[in-house]
This record gives sequence, C-alpha cells and structure tokens, in this order.
Amino acid sequence: MIPLSHYLLLSLVLFSIGVAGVLLRRSIIIVLMSLELIFNSINLSLVAFAHFLQSMTGRVFVVFTITVAAAEVAVGLAILVAVYRRRKTVYVEELSEMKH
Amino acid sequence: MEQIFFYIFAIATVASAIAVISLRNPVHSAISLMVCFLQVAALFILLRSPFLAAVQVFIYVGAVVVLFLFAVMVLDLGKERFGEYLHHQRPIALVVVIGFVFVMGFTILHGSLDAQLGNYTEKALVKNTEIMGKLLFTKYVFPFEVVSLLLLIALIGAIVLAMKEKR
Repeated sequence: MIPLSHYLLLSLVLFSIGVAGVLLRRSIIIVLMSLELIFNSINLSLVAFAHFLQSMTGRVFVVFTITVAAAEVAVGLAILVAVYRRRKTVYVEELSEMKH
Repeated sequence: MEQIFFYIFAIATVASAIAVISLRNPVHSAISLMVCFLQVAALFILLRSPFLAAVQVFIYVGAVVVLFLFAVMVLDLGKERFGEYLHHQRPIALVVVIGFVFVMGFTILHGSLDAQLGNYTEKALVKNTEIMGKLLFTKYVFPFEVVSLLLLIALIGAIVLAMKEKR
C-alpha cells in the first residue's frame, strides 16, 4: 500500500514544475501547457484524497475540473490565434499593453 | 508490485513534465505533455478510478494535446527564434518555486489527516462508473448543468475569438 504522502509529494512536484514553466518560459503556448500540468497535479491530489478518505466527492469533482480545463484550453488557444494574427508574436513580454 | 508500478509512473510523470518546460521545440513539448497525461491516467487506475483514467485519456490526450499540436502547426511557431526563457525574472522565479516546494513538502511530511472515512470502500468501488454516474445525475446535478453551460459558452467564445474580422 502506497501512503497518501507519496501521492501528495508527486502532486507537489508536478505543481512546482508547472509554476516554474509559467514563470520561466517566454512563449504563451508553453505557458498554457504548464497550466495544464498544474491542473493535472490538482486532479491527482483530489483523487488521492478521495481514495484515502474512501469518498466519492473528490472523484466527481475531478470530472468537473477536467471539463473546465478543456474549456480553458479552447478559449486560451483561440485568444492565442487572435493575438498572433494581429501582433505576429507569441512572447509574453511583448504583450504588455495592459500592464499599466 | 503496486509500489513498483507507482514509482515507475511517478518517475515518468516528473521526467516528462520537466521535458515539457525545458524542450525548445513546442511540438516536442506537446508530445511530452501527452506522455505526462498518460502517466497520470495510469496513476488514476492505481487509485481505483478507472472511469477517470478513461476520461483523462479521452479529453486530455485526445482533445487537449491535439488542440495544442493544431495551434503549434497552424501558427507555424517552430520556425521562429523559439525556446528562449524569460531571462530577467529567472532568479526570482526559482527562489519562489524552491521556497514553495520546501514549505509544502514540510507540511505534507509532518501533517496528519484525521477526517471521517466515507462509505465507499474498495469493495463498494467495484461498480465505480455506476456510482459516479448516479452521483452525477442526482446529488451533483446542478454543478453538472452549470458545467455544460460553461462548455457551451467556451465553444461560442472560441469560435468568436478565432473568427476573422470582416472587411
């Protein structure tokens, strides 16, 4: 039997890699992929808690999370296509009009 | 036996996740993302949730990664000076991430969990998919409907955003 903390540590490592990807990479598409990694780590910890607490709520919640993640990717990539068509760039530091 | 498989899947997950954020070609990143999603699906099976594993493979591997590959190839991103990191904020980002790992790792290793156990034991979870379907359409029917509405909005929004302007 694998203890719960192993699953949580794996989830933590995945989450941190996702945050590092969001903070370190320049291109928006890699940032979106890192967001997917973060979603996956949260799903993993939800299912691990549901399994070890013998509950069903976490598992049902993961279905909703996956749906929201799919919607987020569709809208995010549509925004990416629109931005690229207008500005011909996908680098986050060149898209800073809304900064101030 | 289960432990060996857990460690195989965990190492593959972490390795492919690191590959996602460190490879220079976005197509290779998308392929590594697919490997990572498949490993997480395998971990879901180890956690006795075969339905979620199937959903993970269908939605993430079947839809999301293909969407990413579509975006990369349609926009023809690979030819540009791609794959450079954000140099100026690298030290701050690394400090933040490492601090987060230490704080959360300490919490996980030293915390204890004493919540009340539910009544879905491993024996009851043989009919995993049936239980989940019943719950989705009885107890959780309101969030289910909200999520379906959200999907519709996302569909319309994606079409409107990606549409070419007239003129």
